[in-house]
Amino acid sequence: MPAKTILTGVHFMNGDEAIAEGAIAAGCRFFAAYPITPQSEIAERLAWRLPQIGGMFIQMEDEIAAIAAVLGASWGGMKAMTATSGPGFSLMMENLGLAVMTETPCVIVDVQRGAPSTGLPTLVAQGDMMQARWGSHGHYEIIALCPASPQEAFDLTVKAFALAERFRVPVLLMTDEVVGHMYERVEIPPEVPVAPRRRPRVPPEEFLPFQPDPDLVPPMACAGEGYRVHVTGLTHDERGYPDMTPEAHDRLVRRLVDKIRLFPEEYTFYEEVQLADAEIAVVSYGISARVSLGGIELARKAGIKAGLFRLITAWPFPDEAIHKLAQRVKGIVVVELNLGQMSREVERAVRGLVPVHGVFHAGGRIHTPEEVFQGIEEVYRRCR
Amino acid sequence: MPVRAARAAPEFVPRVRHPLERWLRTDRLPHIWCSGCGLGTALSAFLYALDELGWDPDTVAVVSGIGCAGRVAGYLRLDTYHTTHGRAIPFATGLKLAKPDLHVIVFSGDGDLFAIGGNHFIHAARRNMDIAVICVNNFNYGMTGGQLGPTTPVGARTTTSPFGNFEHPFNLVHLAASAGATYVARCTTLDGRRLQKALVEALSHKGFTFVEILAPCPTNYGRRNRLGEGLDELRYYREHMVIKHGADPKEADIAPGKPFLVGKFVDIQKPTYLELYQAKAREIGGEG
Repeated sequence: MPAKTILTGVHFMNGDEAIAEGAIAAGCRFFAAYPITPQSEIAERLAWRLPQIGGMFIQMEDEIAAIAAVLGASWGGMKAMTATSGPGFSLMMENLGLAVMTETPCVIVDVQRGAPSTGLPTLVAQGDMMQARWGSHGHYEIIALCPASPQEAFDLTVKAFALAERFRVPVLLMTDEVVGHMYERVEIPPEVPVAPRRRPRVPPEEFLPFQPDPDLVPPMACAGEGYRVHVTGLTHDERGYPDMTPEAHDRLVRRLVDKIRLFPEEYTFYEEVQLADAEIAVVSYGISARVSLGGIELARKAGIKAGLFRLITAWPFPDEAIHKLAQRVKGIVVVELNLGQMSREVERAVRGLVPVHGVFHAGGRIHTPEEVFQGIEEVYRRCR
Repeated sequence: MPVRAARAAPEFVPRVRHPLERWLRTDRLPHIWCSGCGLGTALSAFLYALDELGWDPDTVAVVSGIGCAGRVAGYLRLDTYHTTHGRAIPFATGLKLAKPDLHVIVFSGDGDLFAIGGNHFIHAARRNMDIAVICVNNFNYGMTGGQLGPTTPVGARTTTSPFGNFEHPFNLVHLAASAGATYVARCTTLDGRRLQKALVEALSHKGFTFVEILAPCPTNYGRRNRLGEGLDELRYYREHMVIKHGADPKEADIAPGKPFLVGKFVDIQKPTYLELYQAKAREIGGEG
């Protein structure tokens, strides 16, 4: 019996496997990666699944090659993904910039682990959040999503492919070791819409490969389609030709940023839990957001009205939503597995309206509900 | 003394298109390369080879890295990809696997392919990825001002070896053969016809193929090593190259002032990554 492309039904799988299945459901037919803990389950599942459904899998010699192959495959017309963890994510930074500059749709998964350096290969952290935003050189804009469960890992992987095509941008799935290795119920729907690639609407002789549509995203002509496109990481004009002038550079970089920044409603996702009457808001993401629910429960039992604002989109940061949140509550607690990364963004968006308190841990384990509760109590005391 | 007849004034000749123009983005010319550089010869031999093969241009994609040779991609009226430094081969790997019907060719330089990109070269050769790699070896980093590279001979002067190079260079032919390339040849830019032939063979050969093109860099490497103009370097090639097909790649070392081998070193067949993958994929139900 031929293998199914979409495993419709209810499954018990971990976050890594859910990412692999989400990719397949979203139409991904190319995966290149290098083995690294705690990402291996993604690569292993796709090595088994892709050859059975007409897709390509290749294990590359390092993560630099993995992302390069993904970009090549995307220009070959395929939906393509790679997955890694911190050390490999660092190696991918240069070609992440190439993907931004050449407007190459692709998905990059980072299953975060304890760092810096080799750190804690098998244990959880959320220390790559700022690297996701600013890790490559130069000024740019990307989209990063943070799943908090295997089900959401599946759903956001599908979403990541859609956003990658919509904006012609690399989309990062910033998950973590615990979500990656946590087994839960994952429901895969009967059908998943496959996001179309924006195709040229004029014949090759009239086509300008980097001439954007009104929404600032240009249609994409892939290799072998007769458009004979030149694609370069150099600053280029609408023809794709190098243009080494400050004017061309400013125009290009602004467009690459604006094509994303001008459409926040299309990629800004967050979840609010018990915020309606809350005096204290916990802002968190990924596995830390789930732990925070336990802390919020303890706070409510102790008579403190607390609620959760869960970031699903980390980048671009939802400034406006956080600023509005600050207008509704008396204090904010940020819970994350690093010593303060997204909390800086929260502080920036809050603009001093209310106190912001961080509950940080460098990683290796998730927070306890008690630690989150203590953070809520601390802010509650300060803002009374 | 006989009086020479005055030469007739040339008739007006309407502009004739160069036969290779159909392969070029003529609106990007003139190119950036220095006079005496070997890249122009290497590029035209490559275009003559494409002409000879008669491939539909829409089935050919060229991927370059960074450097003088990396600029080749930008002049070709094909699907061309000017990628990051050293990463042309893995980019080409993804492109080939996504679109197996494309002829995927990597055109780059010695520093790009063998210093920063060396790891990708050996692994693409090892897995017999079905791409052709053309390396223009000018013994230094020309684009950045003439620094030492992985093929700079011992003792040679460059901007980062002002007292002579202390490093031993790669023998690229031996490296490619050892890593598993199924076709390996070396030519110089002196010898356009032999080069064209080698390129035709490499491009039409199944599997990972490699052509090393020795080329003058009079502006940087030649000047600092007193090799004269580009033409003098070609003269040097004529005097020192030994054409020998089927020679042992180990004997293909290049040392200043000594004879060096050119010719075809490897020409074998073995299954490519795609062939092995697609055969298994068909067996287990996918189309590959």
